[in-house]
Amino acid sequence: MSGPLHQLSGELPPPAARGRRPRLRTRGSALVVAAISTASVFTALVLVVVNAPGWERVSSAFLDWENFTRSAPGIIGKFGVNVALFTIAEVLILALGLVLAVMRSLPGPVLFPVRLLATIYVDLFRALPGVLVIYVLGFGIPGLRLPGVPNDPFFWGVVALTLLYSAYVSEVYRAGIESVHPSQAAAARSLGMSQWQALRHVVLPQAVRRVIPPLLNDFIGLQKDTVLVSFIGVVEIFRQTVIRQQATFNFTPFLVTALVFLAITIPLARFTDWLVSRERDRRYAAAVTERSRAARRGRLWGSGR
Amino acid sequence: MTAPRSSPPAAVPALSVEGLWKSFGDLEVLSGIDLGLAEHEIVCVIGASGSGKSTLLRCINLIEPIDAGRVIVAGEEITAAGVDVDRIRRRIGIVFQAFNLFPHMSVLDNVTLAPRRVLGRSRAEADEQATALLERFGLADKRLDYPERLSGGQQQRVAIVRALAMQPDLLLLDEVTSALDPELIAEVLNVIRELAAEGMTMVIATHEMGFARDIASRVVFLDEGRILEEGTPERIFREPTEARTREFLQRIIEAGRL
Repeated sequence: MSGPLHQLSGELPPPAARGRRPRLRTRGSALVVAAISTASVFTALVLVVVNAPGWERVSSAFLDWENFTRSAPGIIGKFGVNVALFTIAEVLILALGLVLAVMRSLPGPVLFPVRLLATIYVDLFRALPGVLVIYVLGFGIPGLRLPGVPNDPFFWGVVALTLLYSAYVSEVYRAGIESVHPSQAAAARSLGMSQWQALRHVVLPQAVRRVIPPLLNDFIGLQKDTVLVSFIGVVEIFRQTVIRQQATFNFTPFLVTALVFLAITIPLARFTDWLVSRERDRRYAAAVTERSRAARRGRLWGSGR
Repeated sequence: MTAPRSSPPAAVPALSVEGLWKSFGDLEVLSGIDLGLAEHEIVCVIGASGSGKSTLLRCINLIEPIDAGRVIVAGEEITAAGVDVDRIRRRIGIVFQAFNLFPHMSVLDNVTLAPRRVLGRSRAEADEQATALLERFGLADKRLDYPERLSGGQQQRVAIVRALAMQPDLLLLDEVTSALDPELIAEVLNVIRELAAEGMTMVIATHEMGFARDIASRVVFLDEGRILEEGTPERIFREPTEARTREFLQRIIEAGRL
């Protein structure tokens, strides 16, 4: 990143430097410095841990290779339950979150109760610890023994995750809706489109596109939080890990589970970052094109206003 | 229809604004505007920045809610209680200074969105009509491009086509060339001249005094939210009676814009 800073910051070079290409520090030397520094820090960390007085015990309790290979298949097998949980929940969350965001974005005094309801919902489910909601729904509602109401913990797990995460996701959508300039809605309304048509065809498509990266962030959070559903009796990856740990008196199964989560969440996190930087580059490129056009014209676009 | 005017026009006016007041918080922007437009008439609204030109245009189609007054479009009061504002807005086109094209849609979709969603035209029908309009204004080869790929002048022409696709009875142009580079202004003004030749009824807020002088049937000088003076372009530009109008025009001449 220490390369062509001029190009990154979007500044035009100072007048004196114009016409002469600024000298860039070579990329190679920066890489060497970064590699040496990283290697020394990590070596130091490893040395501290390995020379700790309790290292022997910890390493046999957490890093038992034989336990690892024996535990892995059963634990990974149960991850399918988590995948089912977060896939079903995410679809419902994206839909419910959007409905809530639209409810909160509706203007006018008549619709105040709608906004109020949505606001209370969002406040409530963002304030409550997730585990509490999962417990209350998973044990409380089946406990009522209402006829026709399912008592399957998987079902209530999906419901609880949906309720919790749609509150967060609706706020993400809402930020997106508010980021679309009001002149867009004004243009749509002035063509005779209704409030709803303007929202549906002009504002929402732009809003959703802008918030895809933060939505993916919340999706990563959801994937991890599926383990909370184990508390109401769903045998998923975490429950299976604990069963295995208690059967073997060894903590290595937790390492297996940790690696499974890393394997799916890190690529998704990288993908999200890539999306963000691509979007930034795209906008930056558009700005540069605009600026160079303006420079050719001898004035900056819109500077007179 | 309740308060008869002193000299009622023969036909129903295309637009009639009566006692329009508008404030933003403590800032009073329009203080009792009265303005009438016959069909095929072109009124150019001139005045300094902040005199209320844009606000007036935005109040006529009620994108900006008004505080008091009436706006009547071809005999139908848009400000009356219980009126379906969306229905009347279809007949009033507005083009903005900043184009306000929909960036997530192609030029063609920008133009066809409202005809399809509001007028219920089929895709084929709307496409055909939009393509004909785009062709007429030299934009046919841009129909599948996204707005960001277009120059400012092209974007503004698309915005005009988008408004025309609704076949409005009245067109409001809000400083449509103010965000354009000098060399792109002419192409947009030529489009407006063409519409004028066809008899489009228009209210044009503009800083292009030469253009206003050529095209206007009437010029209205707006000063601090009031119509200070109005008349034929010859009279307003040659022999303005108000000191403020003379002062304003003097500044324009000094800036080399007239």
